[in-house]
Amino acid sequence: MTRKLLQGNEACVEAAIAAGVRFFAGYPITPATEIAEGMARLLPEVDGVFIQMEDEIGSIGACIGASVAGAKAMTATSGPGISLMLENLGFAVISETPLVLVNVMRGGPSTGLPTFPGQMDVMQARWGAHGDYPIVAFAPSSVRETYDLTVKAINAAELLRNPVFLLSDAMVGHMREAIEVPDPSELVLVERTRPAPDEADFAPHRAGENGRAIPPMARFGDGFRFHVDSNVHDEYGFPATERHDVAEQLIRRLNDKVNVYADELILVEEEQLDDALVGIFAFGCTARSAAEAVNIARARGWKVGLLKAMTLWPFPEKYVQKWTRQVKAWIVPEMNLGQMVREVQLVVQGQVPVYPLNRVDGLLIEPQQILALIESQMPEGLERVT
Amino acid sequence: MARLHTGDLLDRYYLKDRLPTIWCAGCGLGTATAAFLRGFDEAGIDQDKTVLVNGIGCSGRTAAYLDFDVLKGTHGRAIAFATGIKLFRPELTVVVMAGDGDTLAIGGNHFIQAARRDVGIKVILFNNQIYGMTGGQVSPTTPLGARASTAPAGASERAFDACKLAEAAGASYVARATAFHTQLLTRLVRNALLHEGFSLVEVTSQCPQQYGRWNKAGSAYDMLKWQKEHAVRVEKAAKMAPSELKDKILIGEFVNR
Repeated sequence: MTRKLLQGNEACVEAAIAAGVRFFAGYPITPATEIAEGMARLLPEVDGVFIQMEDEIGSIGACIGASVAGAKAMTATSGPGISLMLENLGFAVISETPLVLVNVMRGGPSTGLPTFPGQMDVMQARWGAHGDYPIVAFAPSSVRETYDLTVKAINAAELLRNPVFLLSDAMVGHMREAIEVPDPSELVLVERTRPAPDEADFAPHRAGENGRAIPPMARFGDGFRFHVDSNVHDEYGFPATERHDVAEQLIRRLNDKVNVYADELILVEEEQLDDALVGIFAFGCTARSAAEAVNIARARGWKVGLLKAMTLWPFPEKYVQKWTRQVKAWIVPEMNLGQMVREVQLVVQGQVPVYPLNRVDGLLIEPQQILALIESQMPEGLERVT
Repeated sequence: MARLHTGDLLDRYYLKDRLPTIWCAGCGLGTATAAFLRGFDEAGIDQDKTVLVNGIGCSGRTAAYLDFDVLKGTHGRAIAFATGIKLFRPELTVVVMAGDGDTLAIGGNHFIQAARRDVGIKVILFNNQIYGMTGGQVSPTTPLGARASTAPAGASERAFDACKLAEAAGASYVARATAFHTQLLTRLVRNALLHEGFSLVEVTSQCPQQYGRWNKAGSAYDMLKWQKEHAVRVEKAAKMAPSELKDKILIGEFVNR
């Protein structure tokens, strides 16, 4: 353990290198640029490769190439850059190429609010690319969580052979906090499984009998002479665009990878929920305001608790289900016009009211706003919780 | 050096159970791919240490029939994928095999930036002056005035010269052959593969089905004859007047530095 004063973006760099990332390709963009700068400085020290590409499309392309060649690879950008990367996000999915995309979210749409935080890209992360695809997304609310979730994101990408998002935001990315940085030897790391060197019938997309068995991944240049294809392909990677059975099986298998591992992927913190009658569902920078709102509410004697989602995709529906049996209402504060609230509503299915609280001016949702909503929208409920 | 016979070429480099190809009769991609493989064979490079990166379209299927490590990526991004592979594993030979639309339109920026970086990838650019797979649309190399499904009155924009573009961007090896001049193509491919920096070998190829029909250019035979008659070696062209070079395409090595 070393105590360090770090920005969220700097913690992301340190964690990535400690977790074995050895290739980074990126393009400058506020508020994510410090990640590229840190990688440019630190990767050469560990014989890693940094390249500033000509755009974000090239950046994710180079990361995919390096990953297929054996690297743990990462790129980092903000919303406009993710918009450019989405086509190749789909390529990483269908080719089963591990990759971490960091989106330090800012206000949008378009270039929007370049220097202010937003949480408007959570549905983009889930649905932005065309086609049905599986995705994993983690959302840190602090510098330490940025470190830990960066490691989790890299592990999840390697485990699933799938792209994984780290959805940070301008507040978390630029905030400085003193954190205990773990010794790299303390980290639990996941490495993609490789075929045996003498495997005579290597098929890069052949899953094991067990649904949890992700196909092993060879490196280019190791003599397997395997094909990686953007089209629907058979288990050897050869295009199978006129074989509907292969298409059905492939698309379902790819999407099931995340479902099968959902319990391990989903990370939440349940704060003061045990007796709560009002639940707040929050993530990222907004979870900090929500935690403070809970503390103030408790001081007033209101039974309010926080379900902090550190994993957004797959959505932590089991936890929402669990607390919906107890709380009388949910509040979902987020710095967008209501994206994750729809997921909460889907799970709650009208059993209790779900109140959105939205802000899109680039300023943080304040604890007082959350408290005011509790007070104004649920006077009867408040009486019960007091 | 003895050139490989077709049977040996098939045995050594093709995935025979993937054949036949999807290409139309008379397409130049089959001969150009075979010439590439002969050049690869002559370069003496380890097949297991070579990665072929395809783009999208007809030429995006050139590697699909071959027994190498192959990445067939998204449209226009072959050079970006290849850059990542080469930077992380410099010991590998990384060859991009892509068409004129892929390399010069949607992927144009990757092309010039890779040439500027002089990253040691090899680009084999199959230039048939049209989008074949999607049915004959105008491309950045369609000659001014030539017809296509999206330029029914003739292309109104000037065409790129890919070799001049690469040279200006900083490529350290630039050459061109045609699908007719297969022996030259084989030699240029060999030289490009043995060259250290960014290398471009452009292949002027024929698309009788799309380009040929839109432009009444005749059969594959007629189009190959056109290549034979209009290609001029760069050494010979240096001694010719500009008026004599009108309507000619230069072939040979333009840059080797």
